[in-house]
Amino acid sequence: MNGVDRLLRLGDDALIAAQRLAEWHASSPEMEEDVALANIALDQLGAARLFLTYAGESLGKDEDALAYLRDDREFRNCLLVELPNGDFAVTMAKLLFLSAYQLPLYTALAARPDERLAAIAAKARKESAYHLDHGSQWTIRLGDGTEESHRRMQDAVDQIWPYTHELTAGEVSRTDWLANVEPVLDEATLARPADDGWAPDGGRSGVHTEHLSCLLAEMQVVHRAYPGARW
Amino acid sequence: MRPRRGLSHGHVGSLRAPDAAMALRNARDLYTRRQEGVSIWVVPATAITASSPDEKDAFFDPAADKVYRHPTFYEVPDGVQHL
Amino acid sequence: MYGNDGLLGEVEAAEEALRDAAGRRLSGGEGLEEYFIAVIEADQKIEPRDWMPDSYRKTLIRQIAQHAHSEIIGMQPEGNWISRAPSLKRKAILLAKVQDEAGHGLYLYAAAETLGVSRDELVQMLLEGRQKYSSIFNYPTLTWADVGAIGWLVDGAAIVNQVPLCRCSYGPYARAMIRICKEESFHQRQGYEILHTLAHGTDGQKAMAQDAVNRWWYPSLAMFGPPDADSTHSAQSMAWKIKRFSNDELRQRFVDMCVQQAEVLGLTLPDADLRWNEERKAYDYTQPDYDELKRVISGDGPCNRQRMAHRRRAHAEGAWVREAAAAYAKKRHAIV
Repeated sequence: MNGVDRLLRLGDDALIAAQRLAEWHASSPEMEEDVALANIALDQLGAARLFLTYAGESLGKDEDALAYLRDDREFRNCLLVELPNGDFAVTMAKLLFLSAYQLPLYTALAARPDERLAAIAAKARKESAYHLDHGSQWTIRLGDGTEESHRRMQDAVDQIWPYTHELTAGEVSRTDWLANVEPVLDEATLARPADDGWAPDGGRSGVHTEHLSCLLAEMQVVHRAYPGARW
Repeated sequence: MRPRRGLSHGHVGSLRAPDAAMALRNARDLYTRRQEGVSIWVVPATAITASSPDEKDAFFDPAADKVYRHPTFYEVPDGVQHL
Repeated sequence: MYGNDGLLGEVEAAEEALRDAAGRRLSGGEGLEEYFIAVIEADQKIEPRDWMPDSYRKTLIRQIAQHAHSEIIGMQPEGNWISRAPSLKRKAILLAKVQDEAGHGLYLYAAAETLGVSRDELVQMLLEGRQKYSSIFNYPTLTWADVGAIGWLVDGAAIVNQVPLCRCSYGPYARAMIRICKEESFHQRQGYEILHTLAHGTDGQKAMAQDAVNRWWYPSLAMFGPPDADSTHSAQSMAWKIKRFSNDELRQRFVDMCVQQAEVLGLTLPDADLRWNEERKAYDYTQPDYDELKRVISGDGPCNRQRMAHRRRAHAEGAWVREAAAAYAKKRHAIV
């Protein structure tokens, strides 16, 4: 994996995660949660812009050219982030699993010789720690809340779990990832799904789920309708 | 909220949360969007005992005539230093 | 009038006045009502546990709740464009702005709660249509330029309305408004910047900007409420210093502000009769359609049903999450 490819993975993960989280605006279970999810979306969007700007410099493109003018086959994000939000439990499972991956990843990148990458990762790492906390707090409350919330949270964990293998197929080990996730599932009284099942992937090479193209169609529509315009 | 290191905590507002851990997080998300603080306390509203306006005369007026508690009450002779 | 610095200056002046007045000695006011009147006359603030007339309390609850509901419902029309914002910078700004509106709704609900009503009750009244929100949010956002027009005109009108509220006689409301006005100072500018960029962009972008201004101008004028002659609550609210200026005064102030700003944009305001009146030292302008305002307030605007259905759905779909959090807290409490 070359440097640009890594930056695109990092940037695309963060951008698509932000796009999905922002869909919760004015729809969260509590108004406080609208504020919290927007904070997390803004963190992800901020990180995405830094990564994409950096990636774009060697490609001769700016962040908007990368975000708005690539097609789904050119995106390098993992499948997990593009999955629809589902109910609040699915969104929290996605948040928990993604941040449990981004935190050790950014921690490792913060120590790399590429100073610019290291600086972005060092900033994003603090944000990820907060995202992991937020995902954990809610997973625990939903898992150990009511009968209905337990059922929904367990369903969400089961539904998203297969997509986590793609996260731990590269720079973050399964062990490190599980170290962030397992204690939370335990405290939430949730069963940890087995690791020997279906493990969809392809995001890193641009073969996505059907959802990404729809997400991009919406995200890119205005930008593409006015070629060359400034905003 | 403590706005900056070295300053004391001051009241900034109220919020709702199911428990203390979430209250702290909601406070962070709601009240520090513009770097307003470096430390947060949250207290359940039910744990606050407040003075009542009916008692305001009895509580606060008696302090009004204790002018000798303020340094400006005292005459300082000309020329004295470090006082 | 409020220029860009003028706004923050006005808010800071209100904050200073609040401190100055606090040091003032009250004269008289032995009885409860006399004391209440003396506090208001001295421009001091009424605080939650002070005695206040029932109708003062009711007026404030109605006004603050309506204001809070407006912030919460107001997230929808602009939020509609977060997913399609045409640059990442604009996306971040819009997301932060819509988030601020949620935050401002929460500050305002907290201020209303100091009057002895719970947020749950207020939200219930909104969902059942027993309390209103600003009519402006019942209009649709049809293009990206609408985000700019809302920032410039709707937030501009809101600011003209809100800055005097920083001097409102009820302490928690005045303090919430000071905080809100300070945070909102970027909202109007971001909208203006969007329109300015569009108006100086391609022909298509400029047309989009002009169309948005055409659609949002009169609904923005209507935000100041019915003309003074038809306004039911005004006189008492003025006496109590909840309200400081009449609807028509504020509307005029807003029009006078916008004319020059539109010129700089290179866009026209959709009013052929808009012209300077040397005698009044103000612009003459066409009044908004107040019958339309009445229809929109009573539920027949283009988006009333959609906005309310969205709010009800979010509330209903979140119920199991709120119940789970409460159940978890109860279990923990039992263990401790």
